[in-house]
Amino acid sequence: MRLALGLSLLVAALFVASLLSGQAPVGAKESLAALIAGDGTPLSVVMREIRLPRALLAAMIGAVLGLSGAAMQGYLRNPLAEPGLIGVSGASALGAVLAIQTGLSLMFPLALPLAALAMAVLAVLLILMLAGPRGASITLILAGIAISALAGALTSLALNLSPNPFAAADIVFWMMGSLADRSFTHVWLALPFMAIGAALLASLGRGLDALTLGEDAAQALGVNLPGLRLRLILGTAACVGAATAVAGAIGFVGLVVPHLLRPAVGARPSALLWASSLGGATMVLAADIAVRELLPARDLKLGVLMALVGAPLFLHLIYKTRKEMA
Amino acid sequence: MRGCVRPSRVISLIAALVLTGAAALAGTAPAPKRVVSVNLCTDQLALLLAAPGQILSLSHLSQDPDSSSMAEAARAYPTNGSGAEEVYLLAPDLVLAGSFTAASTVQMLRTLGIRVEIFAPAQSLADVPERIAQMGAALGREAEAAALIARFRADLDRLSATPDRRPRAALYYVNSYTVGDRTLAGDILRAAGFANVAGEAGLARGGTLPLEQLILLAPDVIVSGRDYPGQSRAEEVLDHPALRALPGTRVAGTLTDRDWICGTPMVLSAVEKLRDLRLSLEGNE
Repeated sequence: MRLALGLSLLVAALFVASLLSGQAPVGAKESLAALIAGDGTPLSVVMREIRLPRALLAAMIGAVLGLSGAAMQGYLRNPLAEPGLIGVSGASALGAVLAIQTGLSLMFPLALPLAALAMAVLAVLLILMLAGPRGASITLILAGIAISALAGALTSLALNLSPNPFAAADIVFWMMGSLADRSFTHVWLALPFMAIGAALLASLGRGLDALTLGEDAAQALGVNLPGLRLRLILGTAACVGAATAVAGAIGFVGLVVPHLLRPAVGARPSALLWASSLGGATMVLAADIAVRELLPARDLKLGVLMALVGAPLFLHLIYKTRKEMA
Repeated sequence: MRGCVRPSRVISLIAALVLTGAAALAGTAPAPKRVVSVNLCTDQLALLLAAPGQILSLSHLSQDPDSSSMAEAARAYPTNGSGAEEVYLLAPDLVLAGSFTAASTVQMLRTLGIRVEIFAPAQSLADVPERIAQMGAALGREAEAAALIARFRADLDRLSATPDRRPRAALYYVNSYTVGDRTLAGDILRAAGFANVAGEAGLARGGTLPLEQLILLAPDVIVSGRDYPGQSRAEEVLDHPALRALPGTRVAGTLTDRDWICGTPMVLSAVEKLRDLRLSLEGNE
């Protein structure tokens, strides 16, 4: 309970800090007053139309990515299972790029998250098929590398073939992720999918706890494994698909956060689910503040910071599981 | 404002005289007969000035109606891909290139003994007569160039405005890019009677103006960049709802098109469109 309270306070504090960070040299009190007043002054437009959606998206995306990571790791019982690393984010980005490049998203805005979700479902299905129900590290990582590489190459191809001279520069955005200049349009586009996905994943808690005893024991305890699997696939795809469709592929959140919080919740997968969503929101909010404060006006990509924090941890985890992989 | 215009005009006149003078000194060489242009801006200047039959080939872009103000006229000519090999095989006696044409291409052509005339991009309206004079000298069409320059100056004088109150405008392009006063686009904006807010943000030439900063500057009008075919995420900033949330700001769609790219007399049509926009703003008040 103390962990929940602490993490919630941290998320709230970072949310306010995110609202207060930006290029405009304006005081905190003034900014927040403009946010509440909404009187059409330039400052209130900045607060309401630029910073508020950005902070909301950072919290939402962090929460669902942390949750997806915790759920996949719980199901596969493998700490390396993370949507970004195993290609789910990359596949979602491909779906989003295809929806944009075919013009589908112009005719029908929901096509953007739906296409990302469809590709994410495909990627999760492939992973589960290739890695098997136990999710052995070696097959999991190899399948992830293959899917990431293919999705990344096809994303680059689609953008290089575009008649738009700026499309090729978008490759960086889709691979690294950014929240710069997102608007409420993106919030409303992603929110329903994230809500459904998060609800599906949150319902997995009891089943994942039972799975720690092994599949046979879980089934003996009355866990419906095919149903659990289906909810995991759809929930992860909805969460990661919606997040990637609006902000690009942001990696490592689902790896770092569950890893850090696992000891704090006594390694119980059900507790790790909610803890990781709060932790994920904390991490992405903090990272998005950092990209604005470190190099303002440069549109530093979120994925760069995430990789700086996440990749060393990833290497550490691989080192630890080396015996298993050998 | 008039006083500000004059010195630059004097300078450009002197520059034009120097250039034509230099050409006259070198005038022993006969006018080129096989001219190949490999740059969008030299394409258009050559089309304006060349004698019939003088142009052999223009760049691909010259026929693209989104980029070239003279796409229609350019259709009469074959195009080239601007590569050294292709250009050399055309056996030109003069190649017209921009200063951003690949240096290796220019070097290769010069090594092969072909005369290459380099045109710097125009940074201001005052550069336009200079470029016209340079092209006239290169093609041996000094008289045509002088007539075109005279027409350009007269039209610019007629269109240029120095209103008492200049509306504050921002030029906003893909990827949050803006340009300042010391550019051709900034000069067009000034001639049309606007004040550029990029100056207030400390950007004299141009650079990234984050959306937040643009909103806080709250210009009277935001002139946004052209819409390219296909979709890209980089262009999304031009559709951000915040741009339309400012009550006192008007977003004027895709005004910055092909007429803004090159220092040719076609920039006058850009000045005219912007002047009409300013007059319509005043009409609303």
